[in-house]
Amino acid sequence: MNVLTDNFSLYGKGLLGTVELTVYASLLALALGFVMASFRVAPVGSLRVFGTVWVTVLRNTPLTLLFFAVLLGLPRFGVVLPFQLFAVLALGCYTSAFICEAVRSGINTVPAGQGEAARSLGMTFGQTLSLVVLPQAFRSVIPPVGSTLIALAKNSAIAGSFSVTELLGTYKPLNELGYSIVWTFVWIAVGYLIVTLSISAIFNVLEKRWGVPR
Amino acid sequence: MTDTALYDIPGPRARRRHLVYGLAATVVILGIVAWVLYLLFDTHQFTAEKWRPFVYEGIQEMLLRGLGNTLKAFAYAAVLSLALGGLLAAGRLSDHRIVRWIATVFVEFFRAMPVLVMIFFVFVALKVQPLPALVTGLTLYNGSVLAEVFRSGVNSVDRGQREAAYALGMRKTQVMGHVLVPQALRAMLPTIISQLVVALKDTSLGFLITYEEFLHAGKLIASNLDYGLPFIPVVMIISPIYIGMCMLLSWLATWVAKRQRRSLKTEAVEVAPAEPGTLLPGAGQIHP
Repeated sequence: MNVLTDNFSLYGKGLLGTVELTVYASLLALALGFVMASFRVAPVGSLRVFGTVWVTVLRNTPLTLLFFAVLLGLPRFGVVLPFQLFAVLALGCYTSAFICEAVRSGINTVPAGQGEAARSLGMTFGQTLSLVVLPQAFRSVIPPVGSTLIALAKNSAIAGSFSVTELLGTYKPLNELGYSIVWTFVWIAVGYLIVTLSISAIFNVLEKRWGVPR
Repeated sequence: MTDTALYDIPGPRARRRHLVYGLAATVVILGIVAWVLYLLFDTHQFTAEKWRPFVYEGIQEMLLRGLGNTLKAFAYAAVLSLALGGLLAAGRLSDHRIVRWIATVFVEFFRAMPVLVMIFFVFVALKVQPLPALVTGLTLYNGSVLAEVFRSGVNSVDRGQREAAYALGMRKTQVMGHVLVPQALRAMLPTIISQLVVALKDTSLGFLITYEEFLHAGKLIASNLDYGLPFIPVVMIISPIYIGMCMLLSWLATWVAKRQRRSLKTEAVEVAPAEPGTLLPGAGQIHP
């Protein structure tokens, strides 16, 4: 029990690291995901192909392999960045593929009449998408995006094994200090529950406020 | 590209404009590719020294052994998580409240935990060998997710089927075994296969607990000074194989789904592709 009280700052640092990773990677994933989704529905062929390749490849890449390639591979190109930034890049790009698919299926739920009406008012593709379709799609993608971001928070655990400060990594120093390993993991589990439950609480609020009433 | 409401069917001017945009985008993308290639050549990734190890039989064997270990872990994890998933789904559909309650807590807990935490717990705290630790972690997580898939599949079979079966005087096990599960299984197959893709991808987590799988073999080659640390070549060889395997399995899922959309047998069942209706932690099934 005293594992937590004795090492509060260590756990706190780990939890903070996980939260930071999750927040930054989420922002990157959301931005990239929206861009890729608009590429995939664009009238320009090469952009569509690019979006499709991006999603297909990243969705089928094991995240560990991506971490391996980004964190250990990019430095060989002379790209030297802090490991945390590399981790955010890997997590963000990986998750963007799932966000993209969620957004794209959200776009498909918007009735065709909306897009047709926008076009008949003379709006361009960019205007139709950003002013009419995406705001409506946003309402129906809240739940899938929420669960994607929860998956992102859970996936951030992998970063710990690549020497980034985060929650799961705290087991190592505690293990060396000789604390009960089972309790160490119990508190790590509690930490992850706090993170995932907060995300789902946030998205429940968003869903209540903006979601499509079912 | 015809059935979209987002833009009109382009006329001659729009087509020309799209062509210009398309060419510009292609140039930008090709530019990025060229830049990466330049970086690759500039940092001497294509020297014979770095690619030499892949000619040696011993190293090819090591890679193949790693691949075999990956597939072994995947096979164990797939079979066991299907079994666990079936068991947990049966528990969640049980008529006894205690069984239902235990199964629900189990499923919700293991869906909310990162797989890696479970794997590390089994590996570090229970001091188990890497392979069983990896398989246990994957089984607990994917089993719990699959339990939800099975349950929603069985629940989505048309209500009339269940009622008709009971009206014929079948017992609950018979209704399940003869009527509901066969129909549900057929409709759930694509979702199950996509979940197996997740399991296959996650076998690479074994790398982090020193299980001697594909990535581990790659790391061994990559950190060899004799070949000038051929890190990029290793990634270039390993990723297509890994991604290819996952893609094959994903395509199998899409193919099955497409085939079923044409088949009459699945008409009674309308399975929502395990998309999150709830916002419980870990509701993200299809993804990691």
